[in-house]
Amino acid sequence: MSNSPTAPALFDRAIILTAARDAVLKLDPRKLARNPVIFVTEVVAALVTVLWLRELILGIGTPLFSGQIAAWLWFTVLFATFAEAVAEGRGKAQAASLRQSRSDVQAKLLLHPDANDNLYEHVSALQLGLGDVVLVETGDVIPLDGEIIAGVAAINEAAITGESAPVIREAGGDRSAVTGGTTVLSDFIKVRITAAPGSTFIDRMIALVEGAERQKTPNELALSVLLSGMTLIFLIATVTLWGLAGYSGTAVSVVVLVALLVTLIPTTIGGLLSAIGIAGMDRLIRFNVIATSGRAVEAAGDVDTLLLDKTGTITFGNRMAADFVALPGITETDLAAAVLLASQSDDTPEGRSIVALAKSEHGLSDPDFGAQTPVIISFTAQTRMSGIDLGARQIRKGAVDSVLHYAGLTMDRAPAEFRAAVDRIARSGGTPLGVAENGALLGVIHLKDVIKPNIKERFAALRAMGIKTVMVTGDNKVTAATIASEAGVDDFLAEATPEDKLAYIRREQQGGRLIAMCGDGTNDAPALAQADVGVAMQTGTQAAREAGNMVDLDSSPTKLIEIVEIGKQLLMTRGSLTTFSIANDVAKYFAILPALFIATYPELSALNIMHLGSPQSAILSAVIFNALIIVALIPLALKGVSYKASGAAALLRRNLLIYGLGGLLMPFVGIKIIDLLINALHLA
Amino acid sequence: MTLIGWLQIAVVLALVLASLVPLGRYMAQVFTGGRTWLHPVLRPVETGFYRLAGVDPAREQGWHSYAVAMLMFSAAGFASLYAILRLQAYLPLNPQGFAGLPPDLAFNTAISFLTNTNWQAYGGETTMSHFSQMAGLAVHNFLSAATGIAIAMAVTRAFARSGAQGLGNFWVDMTRATLYVLLPLSVVVALLLIWLGVPQTLAAGFDATTLEGAQQTISMGPIASQEAIKQLGTNGGGFFNANSAHPFENPSALSNMLAIWAMLVVSAALPITFGRMVGSERQGWAILSAMAFLLIAGVGVVYWAETSGNPLMAALGVDPAMGNFEGKEIRFGQSMSALFVAVTTGLSCGAVNAMHGSLTPLGGLVPLLLIQLGEVLPGGVGSGLYGMVVFAVLAVFVAGLMVGRTPEFLGKKIEAREIKLAVLAVLILPMVILGFTAVSAMLPAALSSLANAGPHGLSELLYAYSSAAGNNGSAFAGLSANTPWFNTTLGIAMGLGRFAYVIPVLAMAGSLAAKPRAAASVGTFPTDGGLFIGLLVGVILILGGLQFFPALALGPVVEHVLMLAGKTF
Repeated sequence: MSNSPTAPALFDRAIILTAARDAVLKLDPRKLARNPVIFVTEVVAALVTVLWLRELILGIGTPLFSGQIAAWLWFTVLFATFAEAVAEGRGKAQAASLRQSRSDVQAKLLLHPDANDNLYEHVSALQLGLGDVVLVETGDVIPLDGEIIAGVAAINEAAITGESAPVIREAGGDRSAVTGGTTVLSDFIKVRITAAPGSTFIDRMIALVEGAERQKTPNELALSVLLSGMTLIFLIATVTLWGLAGYSGTAVSVVVLVALLVTLIPTTIGGLLSAIGIAGMDRLIRFNVIATSGRAVEAAGDVDTLLLDKTGTITFGNRMAADFVALPGITETDLAAAVLLASQSDDTPEGRSIVALAKSEHGLSDPDFGAQTPVIISFTAQTRMSGIDLGARQIRKGAVDSVLHYAGLTMDRAPAEFRAAVDRIARSGGTPLGVAENGALLGVIHLKDVIKPNIKERFAALRAMGIKTVMVTGDNKVTAATIASEAGVDDFLAEATPEDKLAYIRREQQGGRLIAMCGDGTNDAPALAQADVGVAMQTGTQAAREAGNMVDLDSSPTKLIEIVEIGKQLLMTRGSLTTFSIANDVAKYFAILPALFIATYPELSALNIMHLGSPQSAILSAVIFNALIIVALIPLALKGVSYKASGAAALLRRNLLIYGLGGLLMPFVGIKIIDLLINALHLA
Repeated sequence: MTLIGWLQIAVVLALVLASLVPLGRYMAQVFTGGRTWLHPVLRPVETGFYRLAGVDPAREQGWHSYAVAMLMFSAAGFASLYAILRLQAYLPLNPQGFAGLPPDLAFNTAISFLTNTNWQAYGGETTMSHFSQMAGLAVHNFLSAATGIAIAMAVTRAFARSGAQGLGNFWVDMTRATLYVLLPLSVVVALLLIWLGVPQTLAAGFDATTLEGAQQTISMGPIASQEAIKQLGTNGGGFFNANSAHPFENPSALSNMLAIWAMLVVSAALPITFGRMVGSERQGWAILSAMAFLLIAGVGVVYWAETSGNPLMAALGVDPAMGNFEGKEIRFGQSMSALFVAVTTGLSCGAVNAMHGSLTPLGGLVPLLLIQLGEVLPGGVGSGLYGMVVFAVLAVFVAGLMVGRTPEFLGKKIEAREIKLAVLAVLILPMVILGFTAVSAMLPAALSSLANAGPHGLSELLYAYSSAAGNNGSAFAGLSANTPWFNTTLGIAMGLGRFAYVIPVLAMAGSLAAKPRAAASVGTFPTDGGLFIGLLVGVILILGGLQFFPALALGPVVEHVLMLAGKTF
C-alpha cells in the first residue's frame, strides 16, 4: 500500500476545541430532533431545569438535588453532541488533507486559457473545477471529461471502448468531446472541463460526514427506529409509574421520574450512533478510499463474494518471460527472434521481459526494420493478442486460444507438442503465450506469475469470515486453476471477458449473495454498477468512477479486503454498543427503583443490592454514570471495536461476552463507585 | 418440592415432546398443501367448503388482502357472537331459561372469544345457554385458534419464500387449521375426557340433596367437547366458572395431565412446523428451546414458591409441610398445579386449575410475568409463534450487527421497515397493560372492584389488563370485573392485544416475503444454535421484563418482601 493509514491522535487538540464549540451549537433542538433519544433527553433536561428554578425561587423541595440532576442531564446531551462533533472534526480534517495532497492524475491547468502562451501549473485532477481549461500533451492522460477548445489529437480510447486503434478528436463539431482516463497519443489539445468538478467525490464524502446534510444509512435508520421505539416504551413505563405509585401512596417527584426515564432510554448508543457512522467513513478516508454513499460502507460488511483481478491483487502485475518453447522444426533462436520483433513496441512489463529474455538468453539485439514500416498491433481485451506486421511477416503473440484462433486451429487440433507445452507451463502456475507467424504456430512463451506474499493468509482469513474469493483472469482454465490453488482462492473465472464478469455477478446475486469488485476500465462499468460494492480505481475512467460506489485513490485492488473489514467493523461497533446500552438498564433499575419507593415500602431496600448510600445518591449516581459512559465510550466509537477475522459464531460469542455480559455487570460497579464518591463529597 | 412432583412434571413434558415432531411435520404438510393420511376423508369436505364459499384455494393473497380477509372474518364473527349472546333468551337450547347478556358483558365476551382470550367476566354455568356455549363460544374456540394458526403460517411463509408477493390464502389456512388440525385433535381429546369422566350431555343439570340435606342444582352440559378445544386451542374459557379446577371439567390427576398436554401440544409443535417450512427443523428447535427454557424456569419458581409456603400461615399453626395450598385442588397437588399455572400463562391459554390470586407473591409473579413477556412461551396457538418471530427479529437486529453484517434472519435482511413494524407490535403490550392499569389505579370507580388493598390489589389490576392484552384470559381472582368500566376497557385491551399486534406483524411478513433470501455462510449470524437461544431468552427478558419491572416491583415483589416482614393488608 502506498501509504500507511495513520489516524490523527484520538484527541487532537484543535479538533477537540472545535468539537467543544460545535457540541454547544448542536444543542439547537431543530438539529437534535434528528436524534430522538437525545432529543427526548434534552426536552426533559429543560423540564428539570425549570422545576429546579421553581424550587430555587419558591424555596421548596430539594434544589441541590434537582440542580445536580438537571446539570447531569444537560451533560448527557452535551456529551452526545460532543461525540458527534469530534467524529465530524476528524472526518473533515482527514478529507481536507486528502483534497490537498492526493491524486494520481496530474493535470496541467492553463493559467491563461485564451492566450497562446500555454503557461500552466501542475495541479491534482481532484482540484479541477467546472470550466477550467487544461493542456493535454502527448502521453498525458485526460484528467476529466471535457470538450476540446483548441487543437487536434489522436487519442487512445481503449480504456473505454476496448478498441486499440487511436481516434481523432478535434475542436468544434461533434468530435470534440473527450473522456477522462483516455490518453493522448500525439499532438496536444486544450480541454475545457465539462464533467462535475474533480473533487466531486471528496465533496460528496465530506457531505457524508457533515452533520447537516448527513443522510442516515439504511441500517442506522433502522437502528434509530428501534431506539425511538424503546424510548417510547420506557416513556410509557415511567409515565404510568406515576399512576401506579399514586395507588401505592407514593408521590413520585417528576425529577426522579425523569431521572429514571433518561437512565432507561438508550442514551449511550443514541448519543454515539452518528459518531460511529462518521468514524467508519473516516477510517475509509484514512485508507484513501472515498465512498459515495454510506449505504456502500454498510454493504461492504455484508459482502459474501469478492471478485478480485488476479493481476495486481493476487500476483504482482509483472509476469516475467522465463522460457521460450519452440515447436519441432523451429529453432529456439528463430522463435526468440520472432517474439523480439513482435514485442518491440510492447511496453507492458511482460513485453519488456520478453525482449530482455530474448536479448540475454539468445544473444539477440534490437532488430533493424530498414525501409519497412512496421505496423504495431496492440493488445486489446477483445482480441487478446498483440504483434507486428512487417512487410509480408505477420507475427502474433497472445492468449493461447486467441493465437490458435488466429492460426485457424482449436486446442484439440493443435500439434501435440504445443498442447504439452501449454499444459506444462499452465500447470506449473505460469502463463503460456502462443506465438504464431503468418498463421502458423511457432511456439510458446512461458510467463511466470509471482504470487504476492501473505495473500494466501488473507484469503484464509476471508474464508473464516465466510467470504468467498473469486479470482478473475484472462488466463486459460488450467493456468487459472493452478494459480487459484496456489493463492488459495475459492473460485476463479478464467478467460474472463467483461461480459463474463457481469454474468457471474448476476448469477451470484440471484443466489442471494452480495458481491464486491474493483475495476478501472469503462468496460468494467456495467459490472461495477451491478456489484453491491464497486470500487473504482482513481486511475480508471470517469465512467468507471461514476459506476462504482467507492473510489480508491491509491488504485490498489487489494484495498477491497480492507474495505470489507472496515464495513464489518462499523456494523460490529454499532451492534456492540447497542447491546451494551440496553444491558446497562438492569443495573439502573436496581439503583433507582428501591430509592423511588423507599418511603412507602422500606422493605423494598432488599432490591438495593448495591447498598447505595441514600435514595438521592442512588438516583444521582445512576444519572451520572449514564452521562459519563457516553464520554468513556467515545474512543471506542471512533476507533471501532477490535476486529479479528473469524466466523460469525466466534465473533458473536466474543462480543456478546464483552458487551452483553459486560454491559450487564459494569454499571453495577460504576454506579457503586460514583455513589461512594457522592457520599464522600456530601453531594446528596 | 419433591422428586415425585418433578417426575410428574417431567412425564407430562416428555409426552408433549414425543408429540411435537409428528404433529409439527403433519402441520407443515397440511399448510404446504401436501397430502396427509386424513386426505381421503377430509379433502372432499375441504374442497366442498371452498366451492360453497366461492374461494379459489390457489389464489395467493398479499399481506394486505390476507389481513383484510382476517379482519372481515373477525368482524363477522364478532357481530354474530354479540347477537347470539344478546338474544340467547330467544334462541333454542336454553333449558335453564337464561336471559340475554347486557351490552357491556356481551361486548366483552364477544371480543374475548374472538381474540382467543376467553376472559370470562361471567360465571358460565349461571349465564350461558347451551346454544351460546356450543354455537357461540365453542365455535369461536375453533375459529380464533385457527385464525392464530393461519397468521402464524403467513408469517412462516414470509421466511420460507424468496421474492414472493403472496403469504398464502387466509381462507385456505383457516379451513385447513380447523379441519385437519383442531377438529381431529379435539375429537380424540374429547373422547378421552369422556372416558376419564367428563360429562357430555344436553341436559340442564339435576337437583341433588347434599350430605347436609340442602338442595343443590348441579349444572351439566356438553362439557367434554368444549373442554377439548378450550385446551387445544389455548382458549381457556371454561364451561364452569371454576374452570379446570371444577371436577366436571377436570376430574382427576390423569385428566389434568391430558389437559396440560392438550394445551401445550399445538403451540409447541408449531415451531417445528415453522422450522420445517423454512427448510431447517433445527431452527424450529432453537425457537422452541428458548420457549421451553423460560417456561420450565417459570414452572420451577412457582413450584418452589408454593411449596415454600407462606411464613405468616406457618406462624398461625398451619402445617408448612404442604406449602401454600390455598386455592389449589388436592387431586392435582403442588407440582401439577405449578405446571398448570406456568403453562396456562406461558401459553395465553388462561384455563386455570388453581386460583392464581391465592398463589404466594412470587408464585403469582410468575404467571403475571409470563403473560407480560408477550405470550410467547410458547404462547397461544399461532400467536406464540408469530410473537416469537417478532422477538427473534429484534434479537437478530440488535445482536446480529455484532458479527459485522447488517442483520438478517433466515436469509431475510432486517431493515428499517421491519423494525418499525416489529416495534409497533411490541409497543402494544406495555401501552395497553400499563396505560389501563395506571388509569384504573387512580380511578375510584375501578378501585371499588378490588377485593384486596395494598400491593395485592395492584396485582389484581395489573393481572386483569395483562391477561386481556396478552389474550390469556385467566384472572387473578378478587377483581369483580363484570362492571361497565372493566368490561369495556378489558374488551378494548383484548382487541388491541390481538389486532393491533397482528396487523404490523402481517405487514412485516409481507415486507419480508418480498425480499430475496440471502445465502448463508460462516459469516452469517447462526440462528439455530445455543448462542442464539441464549440471546433470544435475554432479549425477551430484557425487552419484555424491563417494561414491567417497576409495576411488578410495586405489586408482587413488594408483596413478597412485605410477607417476609410479616405485613398484610
